[in-house]
Amino acid sequence: MTSFHESEMIALKDVCFSYADRPILNGIDLTIKRGEIIAIMGGSGGGKTTLLGLISGRLKPQTGSVLVKGLEVPNLRQSELYGLRRKIGMLFQFGALFTDLNVFDNVAFPYREQTNLPEEMIRTLVLLKLEAVGLRSAKNLMPAELSGGMARRVALARAVALDPAVMLYDEPFTGLDPISVGIIGRLIKRLNRALGMTSVIVTHDLNETLRLVDRVVVLSQGKIHRDMAPEEIRSTDDPFIRQFADGLPDGPVPFHYPGRDYWSELMDQ
Amino acid sequence: MRASFVQLISALGHFFTSRIDRLGLAARFAGALLVSLSIALGRLPLMFREVYFSGVRSLSIVAVSGLFVGMVLAVQGYEVLQRYGSAESLGVIVALSLVRELGPVVTALLFAGRASSAVTAEIGLMRATEQLAAMDMMAVDPMSRVVAPRFLAAIFSMPFLAAIFSTAGVIGAWIIGVKLIGIDDGAFWSQMQANVDVRIDVLNGLLKSIVFGTAVGLISVFEGYFAAPTAEGIATATTRTVVISSLSVLLLDLLLTVMMFRGLS
Repeated sequence: MTSFHESEMIALKDVCFSYADRPILNGIDLTIKRGEIIAIMGGSGGGKTTLLGLISGRLKPQTGSVLVKGLEVPNLRQSELYGLRRKIGMLFQFGALFTDLNVFDNVAFPYREQTNLPEEMIRTLVLLKLEAVGLRSAKNLMPAELSGGMARRVALARAVALDPAVMLYDEPFTGLDPISVGIIGRLIKRLNRALGMTSVIVTHDLNETLRLVDRVVVLSQGKIHRDMAPEEIRSTDDPFIRQFADGLPDGPVPFHYPGRDYWSELMDQ
Repeated sequence: MRASFVQLISALGHFFTSRIDRLGLAARFAGALLVSLSIALGRLPLMFREVYFSGVRSLSIVAVSGLFVGMVLAVQGYEVLQRYGSAESLGVIVALSLVRELGPVVTALLFAGRASSAVTAEIGLMRATEQLAAMDMMAVDPMSRVVAPRFLAAIFSMPFLAAIFSTAGVIGAWIIGVKLIGIDDGAFWSQMQANVDVRIDVLNGLLKSIVFGTAVGLISVFEGYFAAPTAEGIATATTRTVVISSLSVLLLDLLLTVMMFRGLS
């Protein structure tokens, strides 16, 4: 039986996960307290999104324990998992808006599917959420008519529709202009505080992330490389974090894909 | 030589095991779909929305195709029948061909090309753009919300479309036979009425189209659900839907025809 403290919202203990025979995560121990905003960082293919999949129950670890609100996620039945997911919101990398529904209906979707609220009340709630992300007047637009930043804000309004206890963000700043990055960053912080949520952000955007998170967890080679405060990131001389923070092409993460020696391959007939 | 032989055996083994693997996946998928049907049946508006997109929007192609097929049958049928002095039997020949065979089969083939390929592409794109994952994260089962209504819509639409195809075909044959060639109007309709049996011909034809609707619907949602989340993956899945649906319809038609009409003569 894995121990769980009331203050802990998410706890991963010795979690290992692999796709077929390719190990992704190896012995991850991570605890996230209520109300915290943490960032998961690391190179591409380093297991960051996999970590979100494990927390949300979309993936099951080969070994180890994943606790969310005290529930052992991998052991939950479908109905129990869906019960838990009503308390988890997720913002996908490109929003994942339903393309056949307009902005209003996208945000109304969780209310219509998960509650028996009358349509007038749903309208009020949807307008409240859209107002919070600044898109109340865009309620009749279709997803194809939205810019990337607007789509991400609508997706955020939809993800927090049922006031989740845990919010997962999968690369929320990818492909956005600096203004939209700033808007999304401020919204994440504001909503986290207003709704009393716990937020996990998988991201590569160092500048924006360091402004809004309480902790940064850096993954490397399937393990937690460092778990540190945001201000430590800028001053650390850790070569992996320096390469990541300064955007250096070569370092602990090599520029060249591993393979045969260059010279011997050139000489090969 | 020995190495290439081993490679050949290995490739053959992979070919067959991958197909068996896919059949197993399809069986598991069908089982999950069956479980989700009860929830989908409780939300009929979702199914009727898909009936509109798959069925109602296929009406024009089905009706026009039926009309032309009926006309061609009339021209060809008249050529043969007049040699034996039984041109008045044109109505019954055309009606039986349409109701028993061409109506259900051609409608299913048209449906596979027009609607099922679109369903595959839609579900495949929903998967590629994480819409299904988003739904799942909102505690909404994509099987009962997205897959089952589209599957049910195919089953529901197919008999109606087949009936419309056959009706249009009979009208086409009437235009050619009665209006243009000059066959007796009364003989055309009365022979048809006397020789087309509701149970043996019409109901068996409708039963065929329900079976075809089930097969085509299942193939389209399965291929879409497991499409690789790339442009090439969705294109491949769409092609597979049309090819596998068409072959399945023809094979099922053979089996059903043998079962239904064996020994009737």
